[in-house]
Amino acid sequence: MPIHEKSLIRPENLVEHEHLVIEGVDVSGHWSTFIEGRSITDYNEAMQEEIAALPGGENIHRCWQCGSCTNACTVNAVNPEFNPRYWIYLIRLGMEEELLRDKDIIWQCVSCNKCTYACPRDVVPEAVMKATAHWLELKGHTPKSNSTIFDEGFASQVIKTGKIEDGLVLRDYFKATGQSLTQPWLVAMVTGLIKRFPVTYLMKLGIATVFPDKTRKWSKSRAAITEYVEECEAANRKALGLDAKGTH
Amino acid sequence: MADTKKYKKVAYYPGCALEGSGHAYNRSTKAVGKELGLELVELDNWNCCGAMEVKNIDPKIQTYLSARNLSITEEMGFDTVMAPCNGCYHNLKKAEYDLGHDAKSVEVNHRLSEKAGHGEYKAGKIETIHALDWIKEAVGEEEIARRVKNSLKGLKVANYYGCMYTRPRHIFPEKDKGPGTESTSKPHFMDDILAAAGAQNVDFPLKTACCGGAHTLSDSDTSTKLVLNILTAAEACGADVVATECPTCHTGLEMHQIRAEKVLGRKTNVKILYFTQLLGMALGLSSSKVGVQENFSDSKAFLKSKGLG
Repeated sequence: MPIHEKSLIRPENLVEHEHLVIEGVDVSGHWSTFIEGRSITDYNEAMQEEIAALPGGENIHRCWQCGSCTNACTVNAVNPEFNPRYWIYLIRLGMEEELLRDKDIIWQCVSCNKCTYACPRDVVPEAVMKATAHWLELKGHTPKSNSTIFDEGFASQVIKTGKIEDGLVLRDYFKATGQSLTQPWLVAMVTGLIKRFPVTYLMKLGIATVFPDKTRKWSKSRAAITEYVEECEAANRKALGLDAKGTH
Repeated sequence: MADTKKYKKVAYYPGCALEGSGHAYNRSTKAVGKELGLELVELDNWNCCGAMEVKNIDPKIQTYLSARNLSITEEMGFDTVMAPCNGCYHNLKKAEYDLGHDAKSVEVNHRLSEKAGHGEYKAGKIETIHALDWIKEAVGEEEIARRVKNSLKGLKVANYYGCMYTRPRHIFPEKDKGPGTESTSKPHFMDDILAAAGAQNVDFPLKTACCGGAHTLSDSDTSTKLVLNILTAAEACGADVVATECPTCHTGLEMHQIRAEKVLGRKTNVKILYFTQLLGMALGLSSSKVGVQENFSDSKAFLKSKGLG
């Protein structure tokens, strides 16, 4: 019998033989179509605990799958594959392989907190998404996302000087991700600004990039934060059973 | 009659964006405050709030960053700090909440404050307010209407509040408390203020939609789509202007308005201005006094055609 709801089945799970004769009966083509078995043998039983051990993942166990998060999600409206409710489900069941199918988009959460606002169980799905993206990177499933590169550049400037300077953040980010600063839309914007901005304001912006403003008496805060960050990183790696330092 | 209004003199936390790309917001906030007889005292030696980024390294550091600013507010003898930037405002509120409800946050803040050698902020001592609360409480609609010199009459405005001003609800315990208080689902403080200045607010459904500000550079394609959504919705509602109250949203809308045109070929004509710029011009300030020349988008000709600035 032909399979009518083929669109609901992933193409790689549909098997069909172009030429097949079984006991003298020709079952070539769609007569031999069948669906691959769906038994799951590769559970990662530690997955929920690992994600719960990372900052933001603490409340994942509270989820009762109502779907309010996905329903409210900003990114889901742009890309229906972005499905926090489903990912929380997979994590809680330990279905790592299935989660990894979406590993390249989980970092795209924009932290709008619509999910957290809608969640009746205080799961804080926004933070769970961040913890999951963090987990994927620590485990080596994905390289550092653009978002992580941006966050790290930004945070290192804050930790170093107590403040950030927009121009420097932008320049460092483009450099770290190997992108050109001469993207057409950026050039269009900047040339527009140069034509219009008063000279004194342009000079002020330029000087700020070379001599960024700093918070005074920051050195002790810097030392305290740096020490704390190192402790957190070590604790996160330990929770995931990884070496204290270095790559996987 | 004695003036009983609150917030006549408050501590002022501008934050990094208002010293850089959002300078127009800084300029217009100060100008409006001066014009309305309100006093702002800038926090001494403040630090970055961590924006949307540091929390992803570790949320407790972000709490500490805001706690340090709150401890400075306390040391300066203030009980209220005003932050015009949604990000700064959100983070101060979040720190206040976490330090009142989460023992681990208190412990980390205690440790870092002690090592850094400054006062440890304890929850409940400082009230954090947004520029909208400040103007609404310290001046109010009636007083604004009385002081308007150059009414925004005929200007159709879509008020855009963004994410960080209302979400998540639990860090804003003073909101959703009935008449007179701010609503987290349908915020109206900016609508109220600009209506008092004569503007015609359009019924805008995307008041608290997200502009993708957190990923404005790291995931520009998504941000461009989100911004385009906001701008086209504002135009469909008949708005001439999107009024903003956050430097990240504001520059995000401006940048991605250009990017949408260059990358997707979708041009939008709606103007983007800080609510403080519109209010300032209504109070009779010139467009340069409220920093229109410092915006990334050019609305000079438009404002002139409307008889403003």
